[in-house]
Order: sequence, then structure tokens, then C-alpha cells
Amino acid sequence: MTVSLVLVIVMAALIASGVYLLLERSLTRVVLGFLLIGNGVNLLILIMAGRPGIAPIVTDGVAPEEYTDPLPQALILTAIVITFAVSAFLLALIYRSWRLANADDVSDDADDVALREGAFSMPVEEPTPDDGGTDFPVEPDDTVITTSTTGEEQR
Amino acid sequence: MLAVLTVFALAAIALPLVARALKTRVFWVAALVSLGAFVHTLLQAPAVLSNEAARLPFEQVTYIAQLQFTLDVRMDTLSWVLALIVTGVGSLVLFYCGSYFRDDEKGLGRFAAVLLAFAGAMYGLVVADDVYLLFVFWEATSVFSYLLIGHYTHRKASRGAALQALITTTLGGLVMLVGLVLLAVQAESSSLTVILETSPATTLTTVSVYLVLVGALSKSAIVPLHFWLPGAMAAPTPVSAYLHAAAMVKAGIYLLARMAPAFVEVPGWREVLVVLGLATMLLGGWVALKQTDLKLLLAYGTVSQLGFLTVVAGFGTRETALGALALLLAHALFKSALFLVVGIIDHEAGTRDLRKLSGLGRRSPVLAVTAALVLASMAGLPPLFGFVAKETVLHGLLAAATGENAALVGDNGQVWGTVAVVGVVVGSALTVAYSIRFFWGAFARKPGVDDVTALETVSRRFMLAPTVLAVTSLALGALASVVNTGLAGYPALFPSGDAKPYELALWHGLEPELGLSLITIVAGATLFALREQFSRLQARLATGANASDAYWDTMSAVDRFAARVTSLTQRGSLSFYLGVILVVFVAVMTAGLVVGDSWPAELRAWDQPAQLAIGAVMIGAALAATQAQKRFAALVIVGVTGFGMSALFALQGAPDLAITQILVEIVTLIAFVLVLRRLPAKLGDRHGSTHKALRAVIAIGVGVVMALVALIAAGSRIAEPISLAWPELAFVQGHGRNIVNVALVDLRGWDTLGELAVVIAAATGVASLLFLRDRGDTPTRIGRAVIKSRIASKLERVRELGAEGERRNAWILAGPTLDPRHRSILLEVVVRLTFHAIIVISLYLLFAGHNLPGGGFVGGLVAGLALVGRYLAGGRYELGVALPIGAGALLGTGLIIAAGAALVPLFFGAPPLTSTYVEAEVWLLGEIEFVTSTIFDIGVYLIVIGLVLDVLRSLGAEVDRQGGDQQAPPALAARARAQREAAR
Repeated sequence: MTVSLVLVIVMAALIASGVYLLLERSLTRVVLGFLLIGNGVNLLILIMAGRPGIAPIVTDGVAPEEYTDPLPQALILTAIVITFAVSAFLLALIYRSWRLANADDVSDDADDVALREGAFSMPVEEPTPDDGGTDFPVEPDDTVITTSTTGEEQR
Repeated sequence: MLAVLTVFALAAIALPLVARALKTRVFWVAALVSLGAFVHTLLQAPAVLSNEAARLPFEQVTYIAQLQFTLDVRMDTLSWVLALIVTGVGSLVLFYCGSYFRDDEKGLGRFAAVLLAFAGAMYGLVVADDVYLLFVFWEATSVFSYLLIGHYTHRKASRGAALQALITTTLGGLVMLVGLVLLAVQAESSSLTVILETSPATTLTTVSVYLVLVGALSKSAIVPLHFWLPGAMAAPTPVSAYLHAAAMVKAGIYLLARMAPAFVEVPGWREVLVVLGLATMLLGGWVALKQTDLKLLLAYGTVSQLGFLTVVAGFGTRETALGALALLLAHALFKSALFLVVGIIDHEAGTRDLRKLSGLGRRSPVLAVTAALVLASMAGLPPLFGFVAKETVLHGLLAAATGENAALVGDNGQVWGTVAVVGVVVGSALTVAYSIRFFWGAFARKPGVDDVTALETVSRRFMLAPTVLAVTSLALGALASVVNTGLAGYPALFPSGDAKPYELALWHGLEPELGLSLITIVAGATLFALREQFSRLQARLATGANASDAYWDTMSAVDRFAARVTSLTQRGSLSFYLGVILVVFVAVMTAGLVVGDSWPAELRAWDQPAQLAIGAVMIGAALAATQAQKRFAALVIVGVTGFGMSALFALQGAPDLAITQILVEIVTLIAFVLVLRRLPAKLGDRHGSTHKALRAVIAIGVGVVMALVALIAAGSRIAEPISLAWPELAFVQGHGRNIVNVALVDLRGWDTLGELAVVIAAATGVASLLFLRDRGDTPTRIGRAVIKSRIASKLERVRELGAEGERRNAWILAGPTLDPRHRSILLEVVVRLTFHAIIVISLYLLFAGHNLPGGGFVGGLVAGLALVGRYLAGGRYELGVALPIGAGALLGTGLIIAAGAALVPLFFGAPPLTSTYVEAEVWLLGEIEFVTSTIFDIGVYLIVIGLVLDVLRSLGAEVDRQGGDQQAPPALAARARAQREAAR
């Protein structure tokens, strides 16, 4: 099976440019990178269709080999629509991020940074010494405090 | 037995529902359930005691036939005795809970339900005959125990102890699971009975048996995993009485006893169990003598007794087996009774500290007598059942030590029998000492301590459970021969000699074991008498090291290690992660390409010369996009690559793709513009691009690898494409000429259905990110009257602003709601004229798509574009007027139609998504052919419109609303009015 060198080069260029943008901090650039990579991958699938033939509309007297391979086309068609749906979602994310934080960038995760800088410590839940050796301690934080005069059922 | 389990489960589910009404009486209901199970178990006696394998109660339910996974339950003597303990003590403890808790106790229903569920799980554990079923119940008891220990959820100690118990026993349980799986694989059956019958003697068996032992020993709190049991005393006392005396901790002993007949020959079995058991017994007894909290004293006493049981159950001779089962029964009776007594003391006196308790014996003689009875059983005094059990144990160990039945016991029996006898005697002396200490601590009058004033009014109901247990301990001692009949089935699993089998009895005559008993009692009493000297000795020997601290040190070390690993690997930077992923991708793929022996495909320069031109433009655009500084510029440049794609598709013989790509490109462009208008024009003004060179290297690496992947993947193809059959399939099966469309709606319809789900998820995501409170599915509509009044006021404004004669006609309905300065008469007219035509075209594309380029996707996008036009011309009100249906309704209807088209054939006995067709003569249209897969395509069409509508309503209309509609600023209007005034 032979492939078209031009298509391979275009595909590589699209994906490389997309990756370059994807590694940016600006969310808008990330989404644009996503679009470029989407196009690149669609092109990759198209390359796998092999040598182009006539459009895959069944025509009498045409052998199956003469059509362009319809399988990659079905894949790409769904991929195009999904790419649109996902990029719309990413756009909504950008807008939301802009509304909330007035920021259009991928910021570092605050908790991870805190952990790295040692500003965050792990709490250890260890049993404290026994609370007076009873199931019925006087608990000031208890909402129901009833102390009968005989001292029975003291809480 | 399965019915009993079902009743337990259902009752546990129902209890929380009735708890609110019944208050503490809910425990009586639970106790009744458990009592019912007890009676049911008792009624099994004839079958069980017959001791014939065929007559033993056995039930089986096939769960997953393909995996030979069945739910087997079986009741032999061992299971029967344990089931009696579990259900009997269970019902008593549950009844006791009714007095222990107050009506206003928090989480009463939950507690009762979990306790009953625990009883059910424990019952299941002892009757399970399938190792996997056994494991499930085993872990269930761990989980329920966690919930019960942590009952006082607001106490930190409670939570910590619950977690500690859970982690320790679950860890053991997991190790055990590995062992059980290995055993099941070797025996080629997961049936416990079969495994024990086959019991192969290989190294692998030895390993698996030890793995199972880890689980058993962790559950039964044997050194070095004993620390969780004292910690678990944070549980309410009835829980300790049931789980940590009678039931759960016995699970490990049960498993030992279950495996002993088959695996006592496993190398090291007896040595390991005797050593660990004795260590636990001595350590527990030693520490128990230090305790001042009565409950902790009992807890360490339990640890000690569990060690004792491990020694006896693991020793594996006929006599020790009988002794082990008797001791297990005796311990369950006296230890749970003692916990219940402590609970009463705590409940009435408000403390369990033996330094604060004084003179209780005189105030409550009934309680004292009850306690004295069960303590006597624990210390092994005649005529209590504890004495009978201990005599039997000592007889069995002595018989092994003296080599009386050496042939049956094995080579190491004599040595380890001697060790065990010595250890058990010392341990029993400690037991006697702490039994006396308990009685003294709880009931004696102590100098210098005020008498406790409470405890005069302990109700009979409260006293019932411990009294029943104490009387049982007494009665079983007298009825030793009856008990012997009940227990005899278990020791019969071990080889017997010629001699008459040893039986349980209160009086065997002047045997050596009686002498040993006497020694332990005297030694224990002496130890108690010399308690002051002894505690000084203990203080001197104290090392400060304990296993619980080691556990907590381990846990915090794990936490610290996790934090270290996290801070090393989780940098918090998305681009860093992405970079790492991509570098790994490049490295692995390159390695794969170098190692692999595939060769690149043959190359041709291009298919058509036009590819070269289009490709050059696309590459230029892609590179320019990386350098663009302005948002809109970057967007347009990326759009160029999209249109380039469309041109390539057209050249490659893919008309459907070309059309779809162009339409999507337009909608994408508009969606971007809608959002980007709210953002600053310049890109990355806050964070400039960094690491440009590094990113470029990664990017080029990925691009080159992808190019190589494409070449090699194409070169590696050896099979004919399956799509060669598609033209035929599409035309004959799918009744369509457009192969791509038929593939989407018919041949590969499942894939499309999945894709639709993704689209709906994304559309819903867009809406939920923008509409914060609700989905906003009621479209922005306004009534005609409102519009009229608005038009009037707008016209007024226009008159104020504009010059004379600048009145505009309302070409579109909501046009006048816009600021006159933002209206485009040209756009309004064009949209007005083309909207309906475009909708008709979209419908044509939808229905023609089966045979010509088009289909649901293309049609939906075209209809979506028509809506885009209405929105752009007339704003959000116009959108509401154009399509007065919510986007959610469209998406949902579309999915129902598509999924319905997939499912309906099922009702006609055909596989899902099967299509059929009808031909008919229709007036005006002539002969038409309708294929049912078109219905699926209609679903696709609606979903795509829904998606576009959601984008417009969220990113367009809602963003407008949040940003404030563009209205003429008041200042401008005022200035215009002023100018007009001046002109006059």
C-alpha cells in the first residue's frame, strides 16, 4: 500500500504545531492546539484509506476496489462532529474560567504546590488516651445533657 | 440456612426504618431474628449429630455457572457449634442493647441494623462451604466491625480504633484471599470440603496454608497483630461482648480448627501455632494484670485466651480438638457475660476504672454472683464448664507430651506437647490472677475509695443476658456428657487410636491434669496476693515498646512516603504532565519502531498536484498559528487548516466529509467568536510563552513519530480491507447507495449511538458550565404584546437617536429588541429570506443522505447554521422565537429516536439496528422508498441541531445576558436628545 508523501508531511506538521500549542499556558492556545491535532489525526485516518478512488456512492458496474475506502470516512465523520462538541465544551470552560478567575490560563494546582513546598502536613488520626474509661462520658458538646439527681445514667 | 441468611439481610435493611418508632425496642426485634436463627440451628441437631457426610445439611445455589461459582453452605459439627454461639449470644447481646442504650441515642437504628447484619455475616462465615463465599463473609464481618467500633462517630479515639481494626484485619484478609485462591486452584474446586479432602502436600500448598494463617491470626488478634483488639474497646460495650469475645475474633480460631484435620502435617504448622499462641497467651495475661480499666483488662484477657485457643486448635490431635471446641464454647459464654457485666457497671456507675469502684458487691449481690460464676469458669474452677474444657485441653496436651499416642501425634508431638503444657500452665496461672483481679476490682470494698452509690436499681431486663450466660456456663459443666455428644463430631475428623475416646466430664478421677489445674489456681491466687510486689516487677520490666505504637508509626510513615512521592511526581502543572506523557510517547514509539521489523510503505509524492498547493497552505497556517499573538488572528489561521482539510477530503473522493468539515468549521468559528469577544484581544498577556525551544523539540518529535507511524502502519497492512464488502452490504442490506451514510446509521450504527452519547454529554457540559442554576431550557421567549410594546419604545428611542425618516421595518421578529446601532438591515433581510429555505435544504440532505452525499450529521449542521443566522441577526430573543424548544428536549428526543430505532427490531425478533424498507407511491412525490434506518438518522439530525442550539444558547445568548445586552448608553441618548433640542 502506498501513501502520499504530501499528506504525511501535512499531517506531521499539523500535529507538531498542535502539540506546541497544547503545551502552552494560555487556554485559548490549548484549544487551538486541540483543533489542529484533531485535523491532523483525521488526516492520519484518511491516509490509511490508501489511494483515492471515486466517491463511495454505489454506482452500477463499479468494482469495490475502485471506491475510496469508506471505512476511514465513517470514522472521520464521527470524529469531526465529536471534535466540534468537545471544543465547544472547552470554549465554555475558557469562558467560565474567565468569568470566575479573570484568567485564561492553566494555573498550577495549589494543593500540589503546597505539598511540594511542605506547607501542608498530613493529619494522623491516632486514638487519644482513653476518655476516662467509660462509654458514658460527660460530653459538653453533646446537645442533650441530662443529669438526673441520683447520678443515674449520667452523661 | 440460605433462608436464615436472607432473613438476616432483610431484617437488617428493615430495622433503620422502624427504629424511629420503636426506639430501643428495635433491639428486641433484632434479638428475635437472631433467636429464630438459634432455634433453626438447634433444630438441625439430628442431622448434624448423625455425623454422616450425606446427612449434613447442605444447600447450594449456582451463582455464576460459567465460572463454576456457587454459593454453598454446609453445617457439620464445627459449623453447628459456632452457629449456635453466634446466634445464641447474638440474641442475648441484642436484647441487652435494649437496656444499654437510651431512647435518644444517636444512630440507634443504624447501630441495631449493623449489629444484626454482623450476626448474619458471622453466621454465613461459619456455614460457608465455598472459599470465596467464606471470604466475602469474612470481609463483611471486618466492615461491620469497623462500623460498630466507630459507633461514637464524634470521638476521635473511636474513629482511629475502628480504622486500625479495619486495616489490620482487612490486610490479613487479603493475604488470606491469595492463599484461598491458591488452594482452590490446586484442588480444582472452591469447595472447602473438597479442598480439605484433597489437601495436596506440595510446597505450594504449604505456602498457601501459611497465607491463610496470616488472615486467621490477624482476625483472632494473635501476636504480632494483636494490638487492634484492645484498641477496639472504643466500641460500645455490647459490641465488645459480641464481636470481640464471642463471635468475630473466633473466626480465625474457626478457620484454624477447620483446616487443622487436613493441614496439621504441613511443615511448621504445629510449631508456628504453638509458639505464636503461647506468646499471645502470656503477653495478654501479663498486660491484663496491669490494666485499671475493667474493659481493657477483659480485652487483654481475651487476647490471652485467643492465644490459648490457637495453641489448642492448632495442635491437631483428637483430644486437643475436643478441648479446643469445648474451650471455644466456654470462652464465648464467660467472656461475653463478663463484658456485659462491665457494661452494666459502666452504665450505672459511670466508670469502669477499678480504682474508683468500691463496695459494689454489697450493693448488687446478684451482679456480683453472676460475675463470680463466669470468672470461676474463666479461671477453670469446678464445677463450671470452663473447668471441664481446660481439663480436656490439659489431658490432650499431656497425652502428647508423654508420648502416650506418639504414633498419632507425629514426631514433633512430644517436644511441642511439653512446651505447650508448660506454657499453658503459666498462662492459666495468669488467667486465674486476672480473674481474681477483676472480681476484686469491680466488687471489693477498697480502703480510701468512696463507695459507689449507684447500682441499686439494675433492672431485671438488663441483668437477663449475663445471667443466662452465667447459668449456661454452670449448667454445661454439669451436663458435660451431653455437651460431649454435641461436640464429638469434630474430634472424629482426626485419626483415633485403639483406646476409648476421651470424653468431656466433670470428674475423671485423680488424673495428672487435675494436679496441673490445682497448681494454676494456687499460683494464680498467690500472684494476686502479691499484687503490689508484682506490679513493681512489671514496672521495672516495662520497655515502653508496644505493637500499637508500631502500627501508628507505620501508618504515619506510609503517609509521609505518600506525601513525598506525591510532591515528586505531582508537580501540579498541566503542561509538565503533558510534556512527560508526550516524551514517553515519543520514546516508546521510537523504541518500538527501531525494534520492529516493519518497513515503511512505498511512497508516492502526491495523489493530485493540488494536494501540494493545499498542503503548503495548511502547513503555513499551522506554523503561523503557533506564532499568532491575537486571539482572532490565531482562530482564523487555524480555521484555514480546517478548510484545507475540507479541500483534501473533496479531492480524496470523500464528499460527505468535505461538506461536514466545511459546516463544522463555520459553526466552530462562530462559537469561538462568541466566546472570544469577552476575552482580551491579545493572547497570553499574563503568561507569555515559556520554554519555547523545549516545546518545539517535543512538538517536532511527536510530529516525526506520527509521520513514521503512518508510513509503517500503512506498510504493515497485509489483509484486504473489510470495507471491500461494504458497497455490496450497503446496497443489499442497507438499501442505500451512500456507503458512508449507511455505515453510520446501519452497518456500524452502534458506534454512532456511542458517538451521539458523547455529543449529548458535551452539549450538556457546555450548558451546565454556563447556566449555573438550571439548564435554562425554557427558551428566551417573549409574548407578542411585550414585543409590540418593546417595538414601540424602541421606535421611540430610534426617533430620539436618529434623524427623521430613519424608521426601520421589523424584518425579523425580535430585531427591534436590539440596539439600533447594532442592527444590520442587510443581515436581517437575508436571514428572513433564506431561513426557511435552508431548513428545507437541511431536510432534503437528511432524507437524501441515504443515497447521495448528506445525512443526519450534514442536515443537522445545515439546520444549525440557519439558527446561527437567526441568532446573529436578531440576538437571543430571536433565537427563542426561531426555535421555541429547549436544547435539552431536542437532544433527548433525538437520543430516544435513535436508541428506539436501534431497539425496536428486538421486538420483531431481529438483532438490534436491523433495518427494513418500504416502497410506496406518494402523491406529488412519486414512487419513494423509505428505509427504517432513516429514523435513526432523524435522531442524529435532532441531536446535532440540539448541539448547535446548546452552543448558541450557552455561548451566545447566556453570555449576552451575563455581559448585559448591548443597549444604547444613556449618555449617548441624552446627548442626541440635547443636539435635537439645540437644532430646534
